[in-house]
Amino acid sequence: MTLLSLRGIRKSFGAVDVLHGVDLSVAAGEVIGLVGDNGAGKSTLMKTITGIYRADSGAIEFDGKDILALDPGQRRQLGIEMIYQDLSLAKQQDVASNIFLGREPTKRLFGLFPGFVDKGEMDRQASKMIERLGAHLPSINRSVGSFSGGQQQTVAIARALTFNPKLVIMDEPTAALAVREVQSVLDLIRRLKSEGIAVILISHRLNDVLSVTDRIVVLRHGRADADLVTANTNMNEVVSRIVGGGDIAAAAAHEQRG
Amino acid sequence: MAFETTQPGFWARVQRASVERLHIRLESLVVLLALSTAMALLSPYFLSLSNFLNILLATSTIGVLAIAATFVIGSGGLDLSLGSVMGLAGVAGAFVAVNLGWPSVLAVIACILAGAIAGYINGQLVTRAFVPAFIVTLGMLGLARGLALVISQGRAIYGLPPEIVYIGQGRPFGIPMPVIIFVLTAIVAHAVLAYTRFGRHTLALGDSEGAARAAGIRVEHHRRIIYTLSGALAGLAGLLFTARVNAGDPTAGINYELTAITAAIIGGTNLFGGRASILGTMIGALIMGVLQNGLTLLAVQSYYQQMAIGAVLILAVFIDQYQVRKESRV
Repeated sequence: MTLLSLRGIRKSFGAVDVLHGVDLSVAAGEVIGLVGDNGAGKSTLMKTITGIYRADSGAIEFDGKDILALDPGQRRQLGIEMIYQDLSLAKQQDVASNIFLGREPTKRLFGLFPGFVDKGEMDRQASKMIERLGAHLPSINRSVGSFSGGQQQTVAIARALTFNPKLVIMDEPTAALAVREVQSVLDLIRRLKSEGIAVILISHRLNDVLSVTDRIVVLRHGRADADLVTANTNMNEVVSRIVGGGDIAAAAAHEQRG
Repeated sequence: MAFETTQPGFWARVQRASVERLHIRLESLVVLLALSTAMALLSPYFLSLSNFLNILLATSTIGVLAIAATFVIGSGGLDLSLGSVMGLAGVAGAFVAVNLGWPSVLAVIACILAGAIAGYINGQLVTRAFVPAFIVTLGMLGLARGLALVISQGRAIYGLPPEIVYIGQGRPFGIPMPVIIFVLTAIVAHAVLAYTRFGRHTLALGDSEGAARAAGIRVEHHRRIIYTLSGALAGLAGLLFTARVNAGDPTAGINYELTAITAAIIGGTNLFGGRASILGTMIGALIMGVLQNGLTLLAVQSYYQQMAIGAVLILAVFIDQYQVRKESRV
């Protein structure tokens, strides 16, 4: 079943054409790798999906609904969630505070004064979410800034899950992580997939993309230049599609080493 | 990768629990106790109920300003105009009561409103004109002080009605009114900062504006409320001071922002926002109060007291930053 489908998406900023008619479809529970060189239009494409940019022309359907005219908040309510590379975490606040930032559950203090944050409820729910992800954090009451990069990524993913998304877009989630941490984040992505949540993974780390995705879409010069089934492709093919000619062998060899 | 291989020591655990549950830094409490013990040993007059109330009374004005400073600094802002706005508010209230002869209730409202307006202007300039808070509030420091001198024509306004004087000098149950108002304000402020969505959003804002924005918090709107609140609290401090000295003094509150910000920082407020607690600030304000009271009892010249406050501010920020660097090295 197709969850998200883009047809002929075009977007330009003034005289600069960034997207020249992108076609892309994502099925429920599918993990898609979106790769491409710098300037290929990955970020612009993602922002037209989340609604930060409005596509100039083309059609976007999500869950059977035309969402082209919806703003980011409405799209998020439908189930499109994005985790940015900087994670947007408040580093001095604890796990629950970050997960519930902006929509803290409240209760009445002494049954009288409304508007008091229900910290106990927040902590309980936050623990549940971390558990659901099968992740381990040193303590739910510690400030997020004291965690490692992978643990912070876990918090960001847990926060995204509280909206019950159907699609999670992750921008370079493994770029700044240690080797072992990369594995735990890739495990989290597999966990999302097993729960029927679709993931679009934007990454320069092709090894990660090859190990976790079902399909790989190569964006080149503002078009979806290739749509490869991960099981039937390899590093060389992906790299050659990204650079599109030139010294393919050298580029591929470089990636293989890196 | 950082794994917790060893159990943290007893002190570290108590410290962490106090920060998480009570929102205070234990060091500040230790400093307060040590300072009080030292003063008690040095001066026979220090340990008495009347002196304790004296300290609280002297702390009440600064304490209310320190609450304002805690909210603003916790949100990643800065308000250098606290002392001047306090002076302006006191003059505005005295002007309404004495020169205009209006009822005392209106004079009380005038104090707080004058402060709130000054704070509102600060907030508008910071969030809409994109002038840094440091410059906006430094400008307001001059503007408010000048306006206070203009309104009062450079002279203190005497002859306040008895209701207002009661706010500053009354002693229901033997407790000075300013102390009662100060403690009630602190309790409400602590509840708001530590336990309400408004308070949590304030700290999140100071921690990471981007994260707050991504979470759907109306960042600019929130900042305007905080600066307005800060001004209103400075207005309340102006009311307490004016009522206590029974005069609208245009030079009231000079350098008070220095003491207020110091109290907030000693109490554990992160100078760059994101971490703050009113309970901590109260301990900080008491440290400043005990320091001033003790130095006065020991007959140390007030010039040296000024120097002590300045030195304590730098020392407090040094210790705080030293700990932040130590923690981030883990």
